[in-house]
Amino acid sequence: MLTILFDGIAYGMLLFVLACGLSITLGLMNFVNLAHGAFAMAGGYVTVIMMNRYGLSFYWCLPAAFLVSATVGAILERLLYRPLYKASHLDQVLFSIGIVFMAIAGVDYFMGGQQQLINLPPELKGRFDFLGIGIGRYRLFIIVLCAFLVVTLQLALTKTRFGSQLRAAVDDGRVARGLGVNVSLVFSLTFALGSGLAGLGGALGTDLLGLDPNFPLKFLIYFMIVVTVGGTSSISGPFLAALLLGIADVAGKYYVPQLGAFIIYALMVLVLILRPHGLFSREGGR
Amino acid sequence: MTHALETRNLSKRFGSLVATNDVSLSVAKGARHALIGPNGAGKTTLINLLTGVLTPSSGQILLEGEDITATPAHHRVGRGLSRTFQINQLFADFTPLEALMLAIGEREGQGSMAWKPLSKNHAIIDEAASLLDRFRLTDALSTPTKLLPYGKQRLLEIALAIAARPRVLLLDEPAAGVPEEERHEVLGIVRALPADVTVVLIEHDMDLVFSFADRISVLVAGGLFKEGTVEEISHDPQVKAIYLGEDA
Amino acid sequence: MTAPVETQKLARDWISRSNRVRLWEIALWVIAVAAIFLLPSKLLILTEITILAIFALSLDLILGYAGIVSLGHTAFFGLGAYAAGILARDYVSEPVTGLIFAGFISGLFGFATSFLVLRGSDLTRLMTTFGVAMLLAEVANQAAWLTGGADGLSGIMLTPILGLFEFDLFGRNGYVYALVVLAVLTFIARRLVHSPYGLSLKALKLNPRRSAMIGISATRRIVAIYTLSAVYAGMAGALLAQTTSFVSPDVLAFHRSAEVLLVLVIGGTGYLYGGVVGAIIFTLLRDWLSVVTPQYWMFWIGLILIALVLIGRERLTRWPALLNRKATTRAATQLAEEPR
Repeated sequence: MLTILFDGIAYGMLLFVLACGLSITLGLMNFVNLAHGAFAMAGGYVTVIMMNRYGLSFYWCLPAAFLVSATVGAILERLLYRPLYKASHLDQVLFSIGIVFMAIAGVDYFMGGQQQLINLPPELKGRFDFLGIGIGRYRLFIIVLCAFLVVTLQLALTKTRFGSQLRAAVDDGRVARGLGVNVSLVFSLTFALGSGLAGLGGALGTDLLGLDPNFPLKFLIYFMIVVTVGGTSSISGPFLAALLLGIADVAGKYYVPQLGAFIIYALMVLVLILRPHGLFSREGGR
Repeated sequence: MTHALETRNLSKRFGSLVATNDVSLSVAKGARHALIGPNGAGKTTLINLLTGVLTPSSGQILLEGEDITATPAHHRVGRGLSRTFQINQLFADFTPLEALMLAIGEREGQGSMAWKPLSKNHAIIDEAASLLDRFRLTDALSTPTKLLPYGKQRLLEIALAIAARPRVLLLDEPAAGVPEEERHEVLGIVRALPADVTVVLIEHDMDLVFSFADRISVLVAGGLFKEGTVEEISHDPQVKAIYLGEDA
Repeated sequence: MTAPVETQKLARDWISRSNRVRLWEIALWVIAVAAIFLLPSKLLILTEITILAIFALSLDLILGYAGIVSLGHTAFFGLGAYAAGILARDYVSEPVTGLIFAGFISGLFGFATSFLVLRGSDLTRLMTTFGVAMLLAEVANQAAWLTGGADGLSGIMLTPILGLFEFDLFGRNGYVYALVVLAVLTFIARRLVHSPYGLSLKALKLNPRRSAMIGISATRRIVAIYTLSAVYAGMAGALLAQTTSFVSPDVLAFHRSAEVLLVLVIGGTGYLYGGVVGAIIFTLLRDWLSVVTPQYWMFWIGLILIALVLIGRERLTRWPALLNRKATTRAATQLAEEPR
């Protein structure tokens, strides 16, 4: 029981790291980026290539995954996303589905369609018992790392100059621009950061979530749930949503496996009916 | 006697900002009532409350004596309350003819008729045509709205509100942004509205206000500051100080 | 007040002209019918195109006319396919009955879920439509006793259409059947979009704020068109199930929702024939590309989608507007800049 809770938390934290970039792009640019999962997948494949082809340590893969995805994100943002910030949501949807499809086919071409496996370092394998709770070492590692990231992110958003510029830009881009904030640069950096975090999440998730070319589509629904349920006005909303989703998904698969992902989708639709702007959003009714 | 439009202690707060503060306003039937006030006085917010675009935080709105505070916006239109917008709210791809046919059709409750072609609706087409004539939009009949000059768009904005055959019409700065040479056209239309239609006018152009209105309410900082006849308001030293002096 | 008769005449003329059947419409149908005799070896692919066209037409009703972006439109397509398939396997094997049954079931489901697309922003709509489709896919996958699960639904045996026309090996009757359905549905849709109701839908899409101030109640209008769109999609799904005698779980997959969006967008939204044009281009393109690079079809769809958006959909799909509007208006369109 508690083990499930623990696993759920690990899963949820991972989902948060994967999805928080999406929540920022949505909140900041009002851009519906369905291709977010592609950046996560990039991080995952960076890890696979580095570990399996070049035998590098897992720990090196994590920052590398972050950097590669962030760079890819930054380049794509400059070249392709930028002209579409003002486009209709339909255009954004079509465009980002296009990116997803190309990413899926591209990865399939270069890496093959099979599930990718990595060999975690020995110290991250296995479980130990703590007060009767079975604790997976790797999951503990994820929780610690993600918790650290969440705290850092929260501090960065509230305490640094960049954070306040970002929040100003989210609240009202025009006003922020008037105050001398370089909104375009803030957008780029944020997009890169979000992509990088997704890449890191993809790297961390290779072992836990599995990795194959369909990753961006398979987890798209999860990212979208985190964002829509959590709202885009803060990071605590998506964080809580991700935790809930993680726990619900793990528990659901454990207790009622025959229902599969049904519960998750049903829950999401239910939340969207009751609170179209997310469970934890400030706007509430309107 | 019931008023055409009445508010009782109407308030609207956005967080800590009070946009409308305890406004109790009565507009007599057939009146030409102007709402004036400096920028940010909450005139448009008040219109939005009256028409149901916004929900008031407290207070009541009565249309011809009936409480419409909770009535959804589109039902208020059916009850005879119509408005224009300060910034044109038009249908960019429609021609003026289509837009007017839409408004007339909705008024006649034909909007959910899915089988009868528009072209068979002669009564509606003819009424739209007469409105086009009245608003001097005949030449623009088949031009998509987005391609019309601004003055014509402004006329269409008013024509759409008139097409609903309102008993109470709220005009939010009808002449705003209209080039000088087209201005008289818009103002002429406003002046020529039938006498039994109650008109509430928001306007910055004092000449228009004084020549058009018979009563004036002055809004300041969301609250009703003063109300009176044109004579009273135009000579009121406080109003002059707050509004006219500032704006001149 | 009586208007000068001239303006009335002008107005009546313009309205009837905008409603008139155009030459290219007639040409399109003539070609579609002629294909039965001219392309007897291509009838299977033509059937496929026709079904896809119906599916895209159904999306056009909500996207092109009511402005609802759906990421899960295949829910209705798949539901229709399963409904028709199961009916034919277990109960009634006459196709038209199955078609109507499928339309009814999908319509019912569309009606029930239409309340989800009423509220909220584009994003919420995207999510709910997407979620509903995923939900249905999951149900179809789990309820293997009914749907065949991951293996798909097989064992569909059909009797002749209306007891008269048997599905032949060349797909000739299948094509005619699908074409008749497309024609009937297009006729209904055409009638609808040229009615006051159709006008009010476009108004809701163009400017919901003003629409409310004209007295349009959005709820019922959107529920109605969403339901009808679901009926159309369900019928398209039924046709697929009937002409192929098989329902693959793939009918509920996400890529179908994305594909139908692409088809419609290639052909252009909001003039009813976008689905037909898009379906032709899309299917030919796919056939050609799958000969060139059999496995990486997805890559090319992706590329097309991105190119389409970056180059600008309007620019690429302006031709229907060109055919419809008079030359003078066209010149004006290019000269004037758009407000807002």
